[in-house]
Amino acid sequence: MDGEEVRQAHGPRDGSQRDGASRREVVNWILGLGAGGVAAAVFYPIVRYIVPPEEAQSAANSVALSVKPEDVKSNSGQIFKFGNKPAILIRTPTGDLRAFTAVCTHLGCIVEYRADLSQIWCPCHNGHYNLQGINVSGPPPKPLTEYVVNVQGDRIVVSRGQAG
Amino acid sequence: MSGTNSRLRALRAWFDDRVGILGEMERLGKKKRVPLHRHTIWYYLGGMTLFLFIVQVVTGVLLLFYYRPNAEGAYESIQFLMTDVHFGWLVRSIHHWAANLMIFTLFIHMFSVLLLRAYRAPREMTWFTGVVLLALGLTLGFTGYLLPWNELSYFATTVGTRIVGVVPWVGQFLLGVLRGGNDVTGATLTRFYALHTAVLPALVFLVLGLHVYLVQRHGMSVPPEVESEEKPPRSIPFLPDFALRDLVGWLAALAVLAALAAYFPAELGKKADPFASAPVGIKPEWYFMFMFQTLKYLPAYILGFEGEAVGILGFGLAGLLLFLVPVLDRPSVRGQRTRLFVWLGIAMIVYIVTLTIIGYAVSPKG
Repeated sequence: MDGEEVRQAHGPRDGSQRDGASRREVVNWILGLGAGGVAAAVFYPIVRYIVPPEEAQSAANSVALSVKPEDVKSNSGQIFKFGNKPAILIRTPTGDLRAFTAVCTHLGCIVEYRADLSQIWCPCHNGHYNLQGINVSGPPPKPLTEYVVNVQGDRIVVSRGQAG
Repeated sequence: MSGTNSRLRALRAWFDDRVGILGEMERLGKKKRVPLHRHTIWYYLGGMTLFLFIVQVVTGVLLLFYYRPNAEGAYESIQFLMTDVHFGWLVRSIHHWAANLMIFTLFIHMFSVLLLRAYRAPREMTWFTGVVLLALGLTLGFTGYLLPWNELSYFATTVGTRIVGVVPWVGQFLLGVLRGGNDVTGATLTRFYALHTAVLPALVFLVLGLHVYLVQRHGMSVPPEVESEEKPPRSIPFLPDFALRDLVGWLAALAVLAALAAYFPAELGKKADPFASAPVGIKPEWYFMFMFQTLKYLPAYILGFEGEAVGILGFGLAGLLLFLVPVLDRPSVRGQRTRLFVWLGIAMIVYIVTLTIIGYAVSPKG
């Protein structure tokens, strides 16, 4: 079989080659689409699965504490649960009751009350807040959010909202 | 398009120059040939089992993200997974179904190897590692069954471990080690958790690595009937021909898994309560059914031994004989044409299938 016969058996050379190439391209596209579809069908559920479901936001806008006002000593502080977040109740040396979020604005440690300094203090990186919750030294970038404290008879009620 | 391709090729070459694994694997895969004959279909079962095992590893790791391995929180964590986590039901259901299908393909793979006598020299070690993998697969199934800590799994585990306790002399000791105490408690759960997620998978990786290496080393076994034909069978390269056919099977398996998970999601049932009566119709997983059903038929005492003990020792012996088939089948090793072990294999299949069907057909009251 010489070259001419081969060419005849396989049809005109250039035309068939271009057809073959484009047909292969189409097949590759379809295969690629299929593979992409399978990959998406596998990885989309996996990614959604790993992302944790949204936690139910605590609906609590106010909380009544179990401690009585007269039991909170002057120049002291204590941690309490406000919804699902910790908060701190302090009584200033002058006798005011105040409440703030207890989560440090730096990296989220829980703060505590330092009676020797009369300040709120974060032990993780030595951050200091004054009795208004304002960051006064150390790394905290922002003040602590303040809550509203109301004394109703012998109950202390802490609620969200702008402190007056 | 071509620019991307040439860049990919360059990246591949860069990687190959430094690591060389891909090139070596490609070389081996292209060298390996798969014979084509009327029994070629059975060659796909091992790869299918491997695929299902990979699915198990992936979904198992995903389940670890939410599972809590203690009696107080296990059931609740699965409940949370099934109701609140996106696609949690899908991941758990696929784990459930792939486990069942994997045991199924394992059995088919083993019996096809047995009936085609692919265990003959030099493939004895491949068979030994395969039987060990079957035992590991069944143990993975048994330990995983308890983890959701529901009523059914609690009592199935109580019964299953109790059977170990009847083995003469060492039974009570084994029972205590297995349960982490006298009863099935939270201690059993953490034990089974450690076995199911760490010990057994590590063992499977080791033995499976050896098994796959041996398959690669010896190539595919050609059944004696085909070997003795005049013409040697045609063959195709493993890469890409056989691998692509494998891939089609794997895709089909994935589709079947997704369908089973969507239409028959894994159930959770009621939380285990050690102080509640066992519910009616406690059954083991289907792959233990033939053993469970056999034990029901045994009388309380056989020759002075507890019937259950005789049954357990009998199954132990049968497992040992199965393991030793390449050694026991002397005639086949000598190249003689004997179908003794083929008939034994068929007898085993008939026994397992019959007892399994009876186990499901007979009502629990009967």
